[in-house]
Amino acid sequence: MPNKIDELLHKPLIVINLGLKMFAESLEDQGVEVVQVDWTPPAGGDQELIDLLDSLL
Amino acid sequence: MGVNKRLSDAAGVQNTAVLMGSEKNKELLADLGVHAPQIDEAQPNDLIVEVVADSRQVVDAVLGDLDQALKFMTTSAPVSVWRTFEDGLAQKPGANLEVISIPGEYAASEARKALEANLHVFIFSSNVTLDDELELKRRASQKNLLVMGPDCGTSLIGGVGIGFANAVRQGTIGAIGASGTGLQEFTCQIHNAGLGISHAIGTGTNDVSDAIGGLTTLAALDALEDDPGTKIIVFISKPPGKKMLEKLLERLDQCKKPAICCFLGIDHLPDTHKKVKFARTIDEAVQWTIYFEDDGPAVSKPNLRPEELKWIKNERARWSPKQQYLRGIFAGGTFCYQSQQIMQDAGLEVYSNAPLEPRFALEHPDRSRAHTLVDMGDEYYTLGKPHPMIDGALRKQRILTESLEPQVAILFLDFILGYNASADPVGELLDAILEARQTASQRGGALTVVASICGTDGDPQDLDLQTRLLQEAGAIVFPSNARAASFCCKLLE
Repeated sequence: MPNKIDELLHKPLIVINLGLKMFAESLEDQGVEVVQVDWTPPAGGDQELIDLLDSLL
Repeated sequence: MGVNKRLSDAAGVQNTAVLMGSEKNKELLADLGVHAPQIDEAQPNDLIVEVVADSRQVVDAVLGDLDQALKFMTTSAPVSVWRTFEDGLAQKPGANLEVISIPGEYAASEARKALEANLHVFIFSSNVTLDDELELKRRASQKNLLVMGPDCGTSLIGGVGIGFANAVRQGTIGAIGASGTGLQEFTCQIHNAGLGISHAIGTGTNDVSDAIGGLTTLAALDALEDDPGTKIIVFISKPPGKKMLEKLLERLDQCKKPAICCFLGIDHLPDTHKKVKFARTIDEAVQWTIYFEDDGPAVSKPNLRPEELKWIKNERARWSPKQQYLRGIFAGGTFCYQSQQIMQDAGLEVYSNAPLEPRFALEHPDRSRAHTLVDMGDEYYTLGKPHPMIDGALRKQRILTESLEPQVAILFLDFILGYNASADPVGELLDAILEARQTASQRGGALTVVASICGTDGDPQDLDLQTRLLQEAGAIVFPSNARAASFCCKLLE
């Protein structure tokens, strides 16, 4: 089985950025492939509902 | 955060906070004594705006302007069309890392999804529970994945800076850090010494607690030990838990590569761990690294250079008889911590809102006494406001407040450059520094300004320019926090 942490250290980074857009921009500036996700709370932000959804997934 | 700056810069405004209406934020506001029915009704996607101003008219005016500004921002700002992790993964099916900077209460469930999809995770968000952190790290460990964070400020993976990181040359030194600014300071100094970093892996503040047991630290250590590009491994953190410290030292004793540890706040290692080189400060960790990597001189305490002795004599001669205290106003929590350690070692009693020992805690973070070092990145200051590494407004205010006290002789500051930090950290505080110095001289004394800059010549802010701006404002500038703190101790002898 390939060592995934070893792969992280040696293969080009491909990043999903959830949240602050500046983090995606600084990665792009360094030549990293990145997709920006403008995240919003699931289930309207209801933590009990999120936990329930998590437990079902 | 553009919104907060727009508000706090308006005339007549005393204090502002801008934060999302999540349950956690509402609880934090209630803890601070801020109550309003509108806050109770706010939903997680609502923006709560708090403004304390000289008059009701000022509040109405800035909020009116804010509505206009927000309308403009929502129509003009380029916004990603992707809303979920799954959207992102569909766009980049080969993704190997997720960077998470959403409110802490939602971060764990998003990180779980990434781990399930076999992605490594960098969690910048704080306020993730220890239970969630432990569960995420155990899951990652089973899948041979790395969870950097929660509360992880920085990492350098194969030369790429994630979060708050500096432009550092690639090389053969591997670093692991539970302290964000500590890792930045170490990697910058390695670069500035002409050496380079293979990888610098941030673990998040709590990883070295006994509760988490160093799951990320130990995984990172295994990876760097196996990495052919890494020759030396350096570990930097505030004090680990007691059991964790023993576990880490035992692991480092077995390390096939030279290992250096800097546990800020710890005096010495137990005699049983002779193999691990112990550094009391980040500067000592850098010296040990140079000793191993570049056949440098043995590690020793820094001596003052002749010009530094001259500066001390000149500065002291200009103080009025009343001036005797130091005030440190820090953006970097680790710098506040390390400075306290150095000053206590020099026999000084130093108060702080983030003290090394409870007996040196300030009664209120806003009220300095005697020698005081303030961590302005503390939650008390950053709730609803940008971190001082991004925006200097809060530090500016505090510098001016400290300058009003006739007993203050030294203003001690840190400046942090790099990706995602303020575009002009010195420029933001320059007016306040000059005004503070003028206030002291009008009283017949002089305010000594001592500063350190954490940065490299590759950083976007221009290290030379930032240094020169400080020097032209009369500040004494050091390339490391430890050296600046040692200099302050000598000034106060």
